[in-house]
Amino acid sequence: MNAIYVMWMRQLKRYLRSKARIVGSMAQPLLFLVALGFGFGPIYAKAGGGNYIQFLTPGIIGMSIMFLAIFTGVDMIWDREFGFLKETLVAPVPRSQLVFGRMLGGATVATGQGIIVLLLSMVAGFRPVSIWQLPFAVMVMFLIALLFTAFGTAIGSVMEDMHGFQLITNFLVMPMFFLSGALFPLDNLPTFVRYVAACDPLFYGVDAMRSFLIGVAHMNVGLDIAILATISFALLGIGSWLFSRIEL
Amino acid sequence: MTIIIQVDRLLKTYGDFKAVNEISFNVQKGEIFGFLGPNGAGKTTTIKMLTTLTRPTAGKVTLDGHDPAVNPNEARHSFGIVFQDQSLDDELTAWENMEYHGMLYAVPKPLRHQRIEELLKFVELWDRKNDFVKTFSGGMKRRLEIARGLLHHPTILFLDEPTLGLDPQTRNHIWNYVCRLSKEEGMTIFFTTHYMQEAEDNADRIAIMDHGVIVAQDTVEKLMQNTQTENLEAAFLKLTGNELREENSNHTDNMRMRRRAWTGRR
Repeated sequence: MNAIYVMWMRQLKRYLRSKARIVGSMAQPLLFLVALGFGFGPIYAKAGGGNYIQFLTPGIIGMSIMFLAIFTGVDMIWDREFGFLKETLVAPVPRSQLVFGRMLGGATVATGQGIIVLLLSMVAGFRPVSIWQLPFAVMVMFLIALLFTAFGTAIGSVMEDMHGFQLITNFLVMPMFFLSGALFPLDNLPTFVRYVAACDPLFYGVDAMRSFLIGVAHMNVGLDIAILATISFALLGIGSWLFSRIEL
Repeated sequence: MTIIIQVDRLLKTYGDFKAVNEISFNVQKGEIFGFLGPNGAGKTTTIKMLTTLTRPTAGKVTLDGHDPAVNPNEARHSFGIVFQDQSLDDELTAWENMEYHGMLYAVPKPLRHQRIEELLKFVELWDRKNDFVKTFSGGMKRRLEIARGLLHHPTILFLDEPTLGLDPQTRNHIWNYVCRLSKEEGMTIFFTTHYMQEAEDNADRIAIMDHGVIVAQDTVEKLMQNTQTENLEAAFLKLTGNELREENSNHTDNMRMRRRAWTGRR
């Protein structure tokens, strides 16, 4: 259990100490929220969609969690580069504990950031449908965070340097963001695109969050959470397995 | 005497290249064992296989009764290692690096804190204990790395070029500590070094590796006797051949070449 705690604590400390990283990772969602929220707001209202900030906020929270979670997972490449990975790999603890602690740490950090983005969005005019649903929304945030940290860790376990990172950002992270329905409703899109979106875990995350934050969703929230949990467990398994096979 | 490290026809290939070519050797419990060889001889690859970081292509290793390739978790309980290159977390403080190491190795809290204080004072970093490692100089990082490796008193301690880049006083200081630990606790020390004097002074037995094979293993005296040389450095040069490998000539090799040129002139 020590190993899980050590790895978790380390992720937290590293995040909290890097002020530039905190500001950087906060600025992006805020920029999206303000620029898109106020920019597209009037058009969205004219099209009969209602309040765009209400629609957009859960999506932006999901986005900020996904970005940070994947990034902290892939961050392992730096541990490989700077040697700390070796130190943990030779320690007399099961690798499953090391990787689980690391994932838990990344997920905690990303959830924390999601909560802060939620609070900031309330300053920008977002109103949650009910205070009592907020804990459930946070639970969904944690699930999204865990899923994508595990995803990032799996990638980080097989990538040996930072060169592939651009590829991942452009071919995985950004498409997942655009197809998640975070920015626009997917209802009227071509069937093909909706099928692809159905493979996007963030789609279910954003949908579940909308359900708890604004009371509107495409799907049954129970189904959303079930799908998120299933994918999370699968990725936790895959990530741990890949991590346990790392050779230096 | 009990054998604590047993290596039997250990092989590691990368494509066609045999980094480690069927080497065999034993290390006794409590022994200080020097593992020498020029750069690229296969020392670090061997250590990686012994410490569960790389799986061997073939051959068998037994480490305190466990095979690192079969039961890595059990094998990891038996050893500690100070790596050749940095393995500290730059964004943590010196104290946190020690503390987390102690926790990973399940050293009980009172003992852990007592040893952290003792070791940080020993490597003269106690007054910097709350500073981030990224603010440390190369030598300070090296000392912290060694202190961390000594924290949990393992059965077998691997030291891969532990004193590289440290000044002679600090090197002596650290070797005294390591030898004392070995005597007091029966700790087995397995080390590599480029400082021949260090190996001559401290090692009970020495294995010399070159081109992936072990070319000689014995006590320092026997090695010198067999090669009819007067010190370990000369014995080493005789055993590993005199031609310098141009393809990976580095600082140490250059030093060696200059020394050879110098002694040749006399």
